[in-house]
Amino acid sequence: MKWVGKSVPKIDGVAIATGKPLYTEDMVVSGTLTVKLLRSPHAFARIKTIDTVAARALPGVECILTYQDVPKVRFTTAGQSFPEPSPYDRLILDEWVRYVGDEVAIVAAVDEKTAIAAMNLIRVEYEVLEPVLDLATAIDHVSIVHPEHDVHCNVPIGLDKNRNIASAYTVEHGDIEGELAQCDVVVEETYRTQAQAQAMMETFRTFTQLDHAGRLVVISSTQIPFHVRRQLARALQIPSTRIRVIKPRIGGGFGAKQTGVAEMYAAIVTLKTGKPAKIVYGRKETFIASNSRHATELTVRMGATRDGIIRVIDIQGLSDTGAYGEHAPTVFFVIGDKTLPLYNKTKAVRFGGHAVYTNKQPGGALRGYGATQGTFVQESTVNKLAEALGMDPIELRLKNLIQEGETSLYYRGKKIGSSSLHRCIARGKELIGWNEKFPRIEKNGKVRAVGMAVTMQGSGIANIDTASAEIRLGDDGNYLLLVGSTDMGTGSDTILLQMAAEVMNTSMDRFAIHAADTDVSPFDPGSYASSTTYVTGMAVKKAAEELRGKIIAAAAQTLAVPATELDFDGDRCYHGPTGSEISVPQIAVNSVVGPNLQQLSGYATFGSPISPPPYMAGFAEVEVDKATGKVILLDYVAVVDCGTVVNPNLARVQTEGGIVQGIGMALFEEVQYDSRGTLQSSSFMTYKIPGRQDIGQIRVEFIESHEPTGPFGAKSIGEVVINTPPPAIAAAVYNAVGVRITDLPITPEKIFMGMQSAQGKPES
Amino acid sequence: MQIDFILNENKCCIEVAPDEMLADALRKIGMLSIRQGCDTSCCGLCSVWLERSPVLSCTIPAFRVHGKKVTTIEGVQTEAEKFARILAAEGAEQCGFCSPGFIMTVLAMKNELQNPSDEAIQHYLAGNLCRCTGYMGQMRAVKTYLEVTAS
Amino acid sequence: MFTIDELVQPESLNEAAAILTDSPEVVVLGGCGFLKLGSRRIGKAMDLSRCGLGSIEENTEYIQIGAMATLYDIEINHSINSLFNGIVSKGVGNILGTQFRRCATIGASVYSKYGFSDIIPTLMVLDTEVELLQNGRMPLKEFLDKPITRDILTNIFIKKDDRQASYQNMRNASADFPILNAAASKAGNQWTVVVGARPARAQIAEEASRQLSEMTEDTIDAGRIAAIAAQELSFSGNNKATAEYRQAISQVLVKRAIEEVLSCK
Repeated sequence: MKWVGKSVPKIDGVAIATGKPLYTEDMVVSGTLTVKLLRSPHAFARIKTIDTVAARALPGVECILTYQDVPKVRFTTAGQSFPEPSPYDRLILDEWVRYVGDEVAIVAAVDEKTAIAAMNLIRVEYEVLEPVLDLATAIDHVSIVHPEHDVHCNVPIGLDKNRNIASAYTVEHGDIEGELAQCDVVVEETYRTQAQAQAMMETFRTFTQLDHAGRLVVISSTQIPFHVRRQLARALQIPSTRIRVIKPRIGGGFGAKQTGVAEMYAAIVTLKTGKPAKIVYGRKETFIASNSRHATELTVRMGATRDGIIRVIDIQGLSDTGAYGEHAPTVFFVIGDKTLPLYNKTKAVRFGGHAVYTNKQPGGALRGYGATQGTFVQESTVNKLAEALGMDPIELRLKNLIQEGETSLYYRGKKIGSSSLHRCIARGKELIGWNEKFPRIEKNGKVRAVGMAVTMQGSGIANIDTASAEIRLGDDGNYLLLVGSTDMGTGSDTILLQMAAEVMNTSMDRFAIHAADTDVSPFDPGSYASSTTYVTGMAVKKAAEELRGKIIAAAAQTLAVPATELDFDGDRCYHGPTGSEISVPQIAVNSVVGPNLQQLSGYATFGSPISPPPYMAGFAEVEVDKATGKVILLDYVAVVDCGTVVNPNLARVQTEGGIVQGIGMALFEEVQYDSRGTLQSSSFMTYKIPGRQDIGQIRVEFIESHEPTGPFGAKSIGEVVINTPPPAIAAAVYNAVGVRITDLPITPEKIFMGMQSAQGKPES
Repeated sequence: MQIDFILNENKCCIEVAPDEMLADALRKIGMLSIRQGCDTSCCGLCSVWLERSPVLSCTIPAFRVHGKKVTTIEGVQTEAEKFARILAAEGAEQCGFCSPGFIMTVLAMKNELQNPSDEAIQHYLAGNLCRCTGYMGQMRAVKTYLEVTAS
Repeated sequence: MFTIDELVQPESLNEAAAILTDSPEVVVLGGCGFLKLGSRRIGKAMDLSRCGLGSIEENTEYIQIGAMATLYDIEINHSINSLFNGIVSKGVGNILGTQFRRCATIGASVYSKYGFSDIIPTLMVLDTEVELLQNGRMPLKEFLDKPITRDILTNIFIKKDDRQASYQNMRNASADFPILNAAASKAGNQWTVVVGARPARAQIAEEASRQLSEMTEDTIDAGRIAAIAAQELSFSGNNKATAEYRQAISQVLVKRAIEEVLSCK
């Protein structure tokens, strides 16, 4: 292949690197109002009175809105295809505030200083209520986070809001207790994972204005333009046709922007004032008042035969969806969906529990979306089981992991279409030096050890994610690709062009791509659930194939020869037998000048009934200072199966980036609340994402499988890359010093205190 | 208060409030490459040169640049582009939001350090956070750039 | 973000002194790094950039560091770093990133007496004095213990002697506040052992220092001295660590500091 499989530089790389003004905040026009949000200082309260008189009187203040000034129709901010499986439990502003940071008033003024001054003049009287602050005690807590009567669900999700249950779910195959009783070895463990922050470098910001036709134009740092349009229509109670949502260049998302966080506030100000408005979240605001990974508490039971066949996996527990339920049922579902299928010699598997409401920041989407939490708890338990069996953890996995062509209990007969996972494990084992280093080597009071984990994810959401693509032959003989996917720096715009160029067999220079504008783009859910390469990519491939066919058909007509006798080399169609030919530019000109013509374009829609899993094996080598518990991560090896690698450089950087985020979740990113429910870790000073001195070597390799249902054999890579570090590093730490950390992150103090308790060293 | 300074080789004379930080003042006069990624002087996105030294424009009050030279990436586009191409060739240019600040620091480093070790490079760039790339691709690009520009 | 109503920029220290006398509530601006974190409403702010405090000078006896010298100026200063096993540079070099260190000033870093400071412990194990506009010149230790308000730190003096020193720290993430730090120095027979970020400000472990100073080199039991230091100092817990952990690892850091000093000879 000429373009797919090549490390083509991103088409926007140089422009954005050199600081061109291409992001949302750069788009504002002069006279744009600045919007600021007054936020609740209480974790749970009802607004008794709110006095905005003094604030309104301040010169330069244009608009102040309270819960009395906004529509009363509840909606969800979840970036999901309609009908969203998330409760409609939000209002733009509500009489109840449900977490510290929840919005209380919208202030718009001529500049930031005035807006802040106005905010400080607003007087609010709260009836402070007892907050629900621990997911473990949320169900049947005396406080009900959503006492209102108009929470709506599109589909049954097990909502029982009066018990603080946002969603209930269980899936079970086989007889868990019966099979467990037959197992020779059973291990059990309970884990806690933290509400990791996405911490993308560009915070939330939206710019809104009315266009020449009085339509609301929303330029936003979002991953979900179409979903935002739908949300705004409902939240603002205006027809969707009056709204246009555009995503410019954006500075990362990682799932944070798969929720409609800030758009509604700028939008409502523009509607009320008729003026352009912008809202830019500060970093602290982003930490406390947007969304984060769902924190979980999960208990795993795993049973196996004496010779190491895993027969039972049972995962039960809770996820904390915080004050609002967007993404609650789906993240919870994914915990089991991306764990249970991996080990397919099982006779019984079960996953179940609840997503609960608490008075904390809402959980949302964060790369991995449940699979990360699930991978930590399942893989940690597999490692624990290996020790109980006296088996090497790699050997245990090779015996039990699903292979290409196989099915698992969970899949109920459906087979895995592509997998190189076993080869990935073997290669990673070699690269890390497993045989020489497992379990540990002691030297000079320091100990080095290795640990590993595997993971799977999905490629789009089966039977839901559907994307369309259009590729148009312009009058100039060049191509325009129209898609709705949302490149947030990943380079998806570039790889889609690679695919189009591959089909059209011509240089990428002949293409332009326009993406993520609800007025122009074909429908796309947006870039999440690892869908863009697989779902949008397949739509692009099919659209290009359709256009290619039309070009050949047009040439056949012009040259008066059968289409089957024509060859197309990307530049022209030529007829071997007669030597006649016509160029693509000529075909293009022919299609736009004169009567009875049709300009040529290809259009395709693609959705898949399956979500083919990418796989990854991750290996960590750590050095632990036994005197202090400090962990140095020396080396991380990852071997990835994402099907065909469309762009090796971009895939490598995706993997390295995801691994470092996983390392952050494993070792550094501590989430801390005070007793009143205020998030303490609310800046880069107190919430430490890894810096470049925090990581050692990272080595990434790919072993391609070929996914028959994916474009050019590709699957996905966006999320699978984040899941392995927490369990791999936890295993390495355990192998080093015999301390099993089951609540993240793994800190020196936890290790040190664990060593002090001295449970004894692991079996070597 | 009025401040006079040199911005990207051009004379600049602007009104600033005493509590206005350089980053905000620069954005107001069209230097849109200046981004603010945090409010705690931790991320490095806002890095500019004061004289030739890389500093945090979010932490320097604008009045402190009176009589001095300030350089943003708008003022060093040729060299920035040279490095940006190398970065893009690695695939290490992702969302781009950290890039202008990162590149300004890399270019300053090239000026200040001779043949830095990997450790010295990591130490110099420690104040530039990135959430997308995992830093490895940036390191590869930096080393290539230093090699290419040394010869 | 902080706000300032009025900014004064004296052209000399005399002028600064006069302003301080007339308006004792004036807020002196250092690197503004810490000020930025809060929302302080400042009536009158004083900038000392024009008072000639930005340089590092040396004579045969002292290194004199002006209060407006940046942490980076100190980090790369050859004179300072050729002495004391380079601990001043080592202490400073951990702080955030180079850009930040080129903004932060030594005067503000010392005057503020931050508990989490990496610099103060290193200066405390050297023969360091500070000079204040109104209260004059005094040993650093005296300044740290004295509740001085409404003065201006103008210079720091480090005596050039041949002591060896070591600085140790414990952080989780590299660009983090220290969970704990420690420093030790030996000048002749005199040892000084300091533990900081307890999370309270650095303090000399007097008993440990005294006992250590009485030992000959080959009889030094660094572990025992570290245990004494851990006992005589107080530790508390915060978001970063518990008191128990801090106390436990203080023994490790102090022991390592002593051992590193011993290995210097």
